Order: sequence, then structure tokens, then C-alpha cells
Amino acid sequence: MADWVQSQSRSENVAASRQREDGTGATLSKDTTQAAIVGVGQTNFGELYARPQAPRDPYGLAAAALREALDDAGLTIADVDGLICSRVDYGRMATVLGLQHPRVVNSYEGSGRMSGVAVQTAASLIADGRAGVVALVYGNNGRSAEYKYAGQDSAPEVAKHDRMYGMTSPGAYVGMMWRRYQHQYDAPDGALAPVAINNRYHAARNPGAVMRDEITAEEYMQARWVADPLRLYDYCIINDGGVAMIITSAERARSLRKPPVRIAASASSGNLTNYYTSTDFFYGPCRETADRVYAQAGLRPEDIDCLEIYDNFTPVVLFTLEGFGHADRGTAWEWVKDGKLAFDRERPTNTCGGHTGESYMQGWSLHVEAVRQLRGEAEGRQVKDCRTAQYMCASPIVSSHILVRD
Amino acid sequence: MRKEAALPLAPAVNDQTYGYWEGTKIGELRLQTCGQCGSQWFPEAPVCPKCLSPDVEWKAVSGHGRLWSWIVMHQKAFPSYRDEGPYLCAFIQLDEGPLMISTLVDPPAELQCDLPVRVEFVDLDEDRAAPVFRVEP
Repeated sequence: MADWVQSQSRSENVAASRQREDGTGATLSKDTTQAAIVGVGQTNFGELYARPQAPRDPYGLAAAALREALDDAGLTIADVDGLICSRVDYGRMATVLGLQHPRVVNSYEGSGRMSGVAVQTAASLIADGRAGVVALVYGNNGRSAEYKYAGQDSAPEVAKHDRMYGMTSPGAYVGMMWRRYQHQYDAPDGALAPVAINNRYHAARNPGAVMRDEITAEEYMQARWVADPLRLYDYCIINDGGVAMIITSAERARSLRKPPVRIAASASSGNLTNYYTSTDFFYGPCRETADRVYAQAGLRPEDIDCLEIYDNFTPVVLFTLEGFGHADRGTAWEWVKDGKLAFDRERPTNTCGGHTGESYMQGWSLHVEAVRQLRGEAEGRQVKDCRTAQYMCASPIVSSHILVRD
Repeated sequence: MRKEAALPLAPAVNDQTYGYWEGTKIGELRLQTCGQCGSQWFPEAPVCPKCLSPDVEWKAVSGHGRLWSWIVMHQKAFPSYRDEGPYLCAFIQLDEGPLMISTLVDPPAELQCDLPVRVEFVDLDEDRAAPVFRVEP
């Protein structure tokens, strides 16, 4: 996946320095062949959640999001020549959209790790000229279709010996990591509360979020166990919704409706074993991904204004902060205390409410939030002077992008 | 672990699992072992994940390991576990290296990571027994 960036660094690269107010002097490479996110759209997750019903059509949810994303970009479906889907099948999706002859078309499975991968694919298609305008669409009817992410319908090809012991669901495998992390780094019970509280703090300020109530440390501790050491508020929501993004070249982006958000860097690294449980809490592959993404962008962790972290379960936020150099190894649980992750504090993180507060759109809506923060559109939770944002996903496919507003 | 809960979820006896299950019925925990490079791994795979050799056979291992971590499952995910109450799932690192999910029999009140454990077996049916682990005294 680094190929697209490498090819760009060989192309005519106009480097521009940006002197930050704090004088750190971060350098951003400005390259007109790079890709930019020019349109975002998503359903109102809270409204959908409030109206339970028979299984919704995920293609309808995805199409609604795409309509909004096209409008956001000032483009029409006729401008789209690349279609990348996730959780929905490309054949049905293209049919629904009347997109009969896209130059490039593809689908990724509906797993959280794939949102970052899909964005990387779109960026590389743009960079090498195989597509001019790529629509990324995602539709999820997980709640109305009563999807459980556990039990009989969970992935049969891996971990098939585990089920006879009653072991199932990504949360339980993350719980294994969290207990081990607690052992290694002396993190007490309750150390995840600041992460859960932060997500709800932001969700309460996001009109599209599912969970609009803030929670306290006491409420966190009193919530029921799901897979001890993880409680209810450590878990992502299961909800219905759609998300879409439009990606084109940074050059074309300049003439479109909204301020372009350039994908300044992107990298990934697999961490594939039989188990979701990673014995180093994804640290190695995160570190490797981080080294590449920061080098490409010419930025350091402390240069990033807004962090959007894939948080299927709260421990993953801590693993990610450490793996990507935002906190020292073994210390993130202390580092996040006292509201540090709030949008108006030191390290704004998961400003939409994340997967435990806003929605479980498997990383997709975190990308949308990054774009809105960079454009200054996140009213009520806007990070001040937000110029750089980073998406990070610690999972069996670790990925990260750095997005910038020039 | 009650056999009634585990049995409906146990992997079938087939070409890939036969050697594993055969071991469990005679009190052996077995891992697939590469005839070319000697690597051992779990769960079963068609080729060696180190050298891709298809020369693979099940070999008995020590049955000793340590408790890497554990969870206590409160969610009712499987019908056969519906009446179990909260139950423990353990992530065991075998002395030979591979990791496996299992459970602990008669766990002590105070558990901690890295406790040494040793395999035992719970009979499931005439062809299969489930490896479980006991914390070593």
C-alpha cells in the first residue's frame, strides 16, 4: 500500500513548509497528484436508532450517504468512474446506483479494518490515474438485521477450536489483551473509564450520534460485564447506517465545492494470526505503520491536531495511542486521564463520539469526522485551528492516514 | 466445562482434525509438526506456515504452558452455554510456543497472568475429548 505514496514522491513534489503557531515548523509535502477527500456523507445514526424496524436495506443506507457525499462535493453520479464498496456487494450497489460501466469497481468485506484499506485503494487509483473520481460506499444494517458479531454466526474459518469453550466475539479477544496489558503495566480496573467517558462527551455534542447522554466514572463502573474485564461501555454500538466519501485528485479538488482535505500520507501493516488477540497489543505493526506514515507526511505525532482512532473496544484506543507514538508504551492508560482527549483539550480524540458513542460504522464515520474537523464543520465539538488529522486502526490490518487541509 | 455445553460446538472429526482428536482420547495434546523444518503450530493448517511444506504430522507435546490471559464471559452467545452462568475462557501459551483458547478446571480464587498450567481432558464423545488446563500447584 505504500506504493502509491512512493510513486508520488518520485513525481514532481512541491514541498511547502508550514510554520505552526507554536514554532515547531512542521513540513508538509504538497503534491498535486495526491488524492483528496472532496465529499462526505452519512445517515443520521441517532434517528435511525430511535426507529427500530424490520431489517433495513443496506443498499438504501449506502445510497443515501452517497447522495449526500456527492452533493457535498458538488458532483453527480455521472462524474464517478470508480466504485469501492464495503459491507455491501459491488454488483447490487452499482445496479442500485445506475453505475453500469465504472472504470474500476471492487468490494471489501464488512469488517472495521477495511475502511482504512478502502481509502488507501481509492488514493492509489487516483494517484496512478486508473480512476478520476472514486465513490466509497458503506452500508450497515447490523442492528435491524440483529447481527451479533458473536456466537453461531461468527467467523468459522479462524478460531474454530475456540467455540467449544464458549469463546467468541472480537470483544472477548480484546478483553484477553486488556487483562494482559493490565498485568504488564499495572493498570487498575476502571482505567478504561476515561476513554468511554470521552466518547460519550463527544457523542453528546454530535447531533448524528446514537448515544447522546454523557456518562460518569460511577456509571461506567456499575455497568454490567460483557466479557470481564470489559464492561458494557467498553463495547461499540451495533446500529444501522450508511457512510460515503468521494475521493479525487488534489488538483481537481481545488475547483470543487468544499475545502479539499488532502491524503498526505497513508500506510498499513498486516497482523494476521488465528486470533484477534495480538500478543503485543498490535504494537509492532502500529509502530511500523507509524514510522512510514509520519515520514511520508513529514510530521511528528505531536504535530497532529485531531486523532480519530478505530475503537471497536476501548482498550484499542490505548493500544493505538502507544503504537502510533502519541503516548509512551505502557502509559496511555494514565496519559488519557483528566479529560485530555476532549475536543478542546490537549489531544482531541474521537471527536464524533467514536464507535461506543456515535455509531459503529467500522471506521468509516471516523474518516468523515476527520474531514469535517479539518473543514471546520464540526459545530459544538470543533477542534480549534484544526489543520492535520490522523486516522488510525489497530486491528489485524493496521492502517493509518494523515489528512491535511492546506 | 460441561460436555453438554461444549459438544455441539466442537470441530468435526475429519481429515484435518483426526490426528488432534485421536490424541485427546489417549491423553495426548498434539500439535501439527513440520517434517521438513520442525515447526509446530495450532490450529491445524494444510502446510507448514514457516516453510510451506505439506509434510505435516500431529505430534504429542508436553501439555505444559502458562496462562497468558483470561476473560469471564457474561454474554450468552451460544445456545448450549445459555445455562452456564459466567464462565472462564483462558488463552494458554504452550511451552512449545503456540497459543490456544481453552478453559481452566477448578481455578484458584486468585488468578494471575503467567501462572503455569497443565493439560487435562474432558470427554465429549467416543471420538473426541476437549483439552482443558489446571493451574499447577
